[in-house]
Amino acid sequence: MAISLKLNGQTHQVEAEPGTPLLWVIRDELKLTGTKFGCGVASCGACTVHLNGEPVRSCQTYIEDLEGAEITTIEKISESRIGQAVQAAWVELDVVQCGYCQSGQIMSAVGLLSENPKPSAEEIDDYMNGNACRCATYQRIRAAILRASEIMEA
Amino acid sequence: MTVNTSRRGFLKSAAAAAAVLYIGARPNGALAAGAAPAQLNPFVRIDTSGTVTAIIKHFETGQGPATGLSTLIAEELGAALEQVQYEFAPSDPQLFNNLAFGPFQGTGGSTAMANSFMQYRQAGAAAREMLIAAAAQSWDTDPSALVIENGIIKGAGRTAPMGEFVAAAAQMEAPAEPRLKEPGEFRLIGNTAVRRKDSLIKTNGSAKFAMDVHLPNQMVVVIARSPRMGGSAAGIDDSSAKSVKGFIRAAILPNKAGVAVYAENTWAAFQAREALSVDWDFSAAETRSSDQIREELLAAVNSAPQYNVNGADQAATAALIDSADTVLDRTFYFPLLAHAPMEPLTCTIEATEDGGVLLHDGCQMPTVPHMAVAEILQLPQEKIRVNTMLAGGSFGRRATPTSDYQAEAAMAFALTDRSRPVKLVWSREDDITGGYYRPAVAHRVRVGLDAEGSITGWDHRIAAQSILKGTFFESVLVHDGVDATSVEGVADSDYRIPGMFVGLTDTAKATTVLWWRSVGHTHTGYVMETMIDEAARIAGRDPVNYRLAMLEGGSKHQDRLATVLKLAAEKAGWGKATEGRSQGIAVHKSFGSYVAEVVEISGTAEEGVRIEKITCAVDCGIPVNPDVIKAQMEGGIGYGIGHAMRDQITLTGGEVDQFNFPDYEPLRIGDIGAIEVHIVPSAEAPTGVGEPGTPPSAPALANAIAVSGPRITELPMSENGVSFA
Ligand code: FES
Ligand code: FES
Repeated sequence: MAISLKLNGQTHQVEAEPGTPLLWVIRDELKLTGTKFGCGVASCGACTVHLNGEPVRSCQTYIEDLEGAEITTIEKISESRIGQAVQAAWVELDVVQCGYCQSGQIMSAVGLLSENPKPSAEEIDDYMNGNACRCATYQRIRAAILRASEIMEA
Repeated sequence: MTVNTSRRGFLKSAAAAAAVLYIGARPNGALAAGAAPAQLNPFVRIDTSGTVTAIIKHFETGQGPATGLSTLIAEELGAALEQVQYEFAPSDPQLFNNLAFGPFQGTGGSTAMANSFMQYRQAGAAAREMLIAAAAQSWDTDPSALVIENGIIKGAGRTAPMGEFVAAAAQMEAPAEPRLKEPGEFRLIGNTAVRRKDSLIKTNGSAKFAMDVHLPNQMVVVIARSPRMGGSAAGIDDSSAKSVKGFIRAAILPNKAGVAVYAENTWAAFQAREALSVDWDFSAAETRSSDQIREELLAAVNSAPQYNVNGADQAATAALIDSADTVLDRTFYFPLLAHAPMEPLTCTIEATEDGGVLLHDGCQMPTVPHMAVAEILQLPQEKIRVNTMLAGGSFGRRATPTSDYQAEAAMAFALTDRSRPVKLVWSREDDITGGYYRPAVAHRVRVGLDAEGSITGWDHRIAAQSILKGTFFESVLVHDGVDATSVEGVADSDYRIPGMFVGLTDTAKATTVLWWRSVGHTHTGYVMETMIDEAARIAGRDPVNYRLAMLEGGSKHQDRLATVLKLAAEKAGWGKATEGRSQGIAVHKSFGSYVAEVVEISGTAEEGVRIEKITCAVDCGIPVNPDVIKAQMEGGIGYGIGHAMRDQITLTGGEVDQFNFPDYEPLRIGDIGAIEVHIVPSAEAPTGVGEPGTPPSAPALANAIAVSGPRITELPMSENGVSFA
């Protein structure tokens, strides 16, 4: 099926079979590789993108449901104020190790701070629970979200 | 910053610059310099614009060599760290060998910093001396009057960017022994303000991992593997797969271990594999279940060991224990574990113009795929090149002695006309069920205690599936039948243990077994540290003081272990836990580093344990990048704790029961409340940090739980009587 996909402010015409996860359209067709494949079953969060401003797992989001939706990926998240704050905090605290999960972590963190600009450590743990990091950078993820919240206030 | 990883780019950029200075080592180890990298193992390149490029010979999977080795160059050269960019070395085992491994290029055993500390410093220092000599000549002044600061040569009333002297320096001989800084002169080594060099690219989506390779006209290949370990493909029916749009074809791999499914893109490959039906021949397949494997291991530790590891008199040890006042007797079992790096395995292979191939791979040990791929594709080794890309975690999984996934990619490529690049992709299910695991291991330990609770005898038997036997590491690392990776951490314990006997029995492998972050120490650290802890409790003595008494003996190892133990206890407020909380401690040496950890928990095993805080003290020699060391401790602790809490791989009739993260549940952000890391100042040569944080973590947790709950002797804890809040 042909679908027009609004992604990062641009409209793309893509050809994909119904049932194709958005993840593979982003990675293989549009060749935006910042969005990662980690599990394919919505249990790691590496594939997180924003759909109409809310984080979703793109491995479990199907192409036929996306007509008219606005999608944002890690490559364009720095265009939002919150995205900038989160990225700045991530760099300041050197959160990353292998880095593979971090696009998804950042997309979720931006989702959290959009909903709740001053989260507590416990609220962070709840919200970020679905984003796995096999390198276990969690202490820094938590600290960086708190730091981003401070940057946003300043 | 640019990260240039291909060898083509490497050579081209060298030729394009008007003049460049390379410094590195000749294969015999002597320092050398020149205007081209021929015959030399370059560690650093400086061009006339003053751009300094550290050439990183170890792969980067987050443990920080790109930052660490760049730091060493910048430190000795006199550049700002921001002026140093990095690229990964092309694969050439003759040149870039890891000193710890012989003529072999690889990263593992937490050796990256230990091995490169002097090499990269010397390269930076040689560059400094040569650039200064060139400037002194041109300014007609004494070199001792000149220094390099932030890439600027200064002195004798003049300043100039160092790039101006690159051409002249490239004509000089490298100094045989450039002067290295004294520790008191370091500005970057040990500086807590130094930041990682790869943070930005890993936070804006631009970092390229092997999974991100997309070559023009590439095919994606996934492999249908036997559901039972060791089955082989006897036939295929791809009629349903043909209805998947983008499916190209399916073909049985030459080794029959699987069926390659070729498609135009990843999703089509996955779909076609679903639709494919394969006729499996299970005649030679594994039939055992993990319960049987467990029984075999437990039987082995309860019978006479196959190998006497430490040459002690077993009967004498038994007599000491039998006549003791108290005998502590525990049997332990550790399950198979998957590594599950965040980036599933992948490797892309393409034909090159010279008739060879180029692999794009987050490659941990380039020498091995070199050999394997050359053989599969019938190519001379020099026609195989590896473009080392970022790796999304490894924990040991990318370092297989058989290059399993690169070999799969090569086999799949060999079945084509080689005109289209082939990208092999593993799914998470492939990874979890893939058959490469931390071995299952059993221990039985009998400890005799006298009336004061001091140890009088220690009989320690281990049964394990050998990691090294049957691999090309066997000849180097197996002595008198004993696989060192099965007994490390016990046989070389630094505790003063009188009458210690260590025995080992190998059991048959049901799956391929592989090193897993900290290798043998994953289980030996657990057993040693929970046994000592229980002995201390039986003796009615404080577990820290009890350990300290066993570390009296004056060896450097004992002193360093005692230092981290005391530091961790002090920083954690040992013995001063608030009401409702319990503390457990463990200390262990691995890979030349010494780590102690205190785990503080609330709750109980029945109602739910919550890990509130972990305090870690580490001595890894000179701390090159303190913040990277802290990050590696945090990560190593999380890795150890997460698996001990709730992960295992089990088999039923030779089939893996788990399939993906929902039943191989990773550590999550809420599992550990806080981690604090303290680094012991040191002037010793730097040692590893990637693995040593892992071994003490699980026993420290177990010891905290045991304060008012059960002693956990089988993992994972969640399956053995502990619930987590
Ligand atoms: S890949 Fe989508 S949640 Fe893991
Ligand atoms: S940084 Fe490696 S998985 Fe998160």
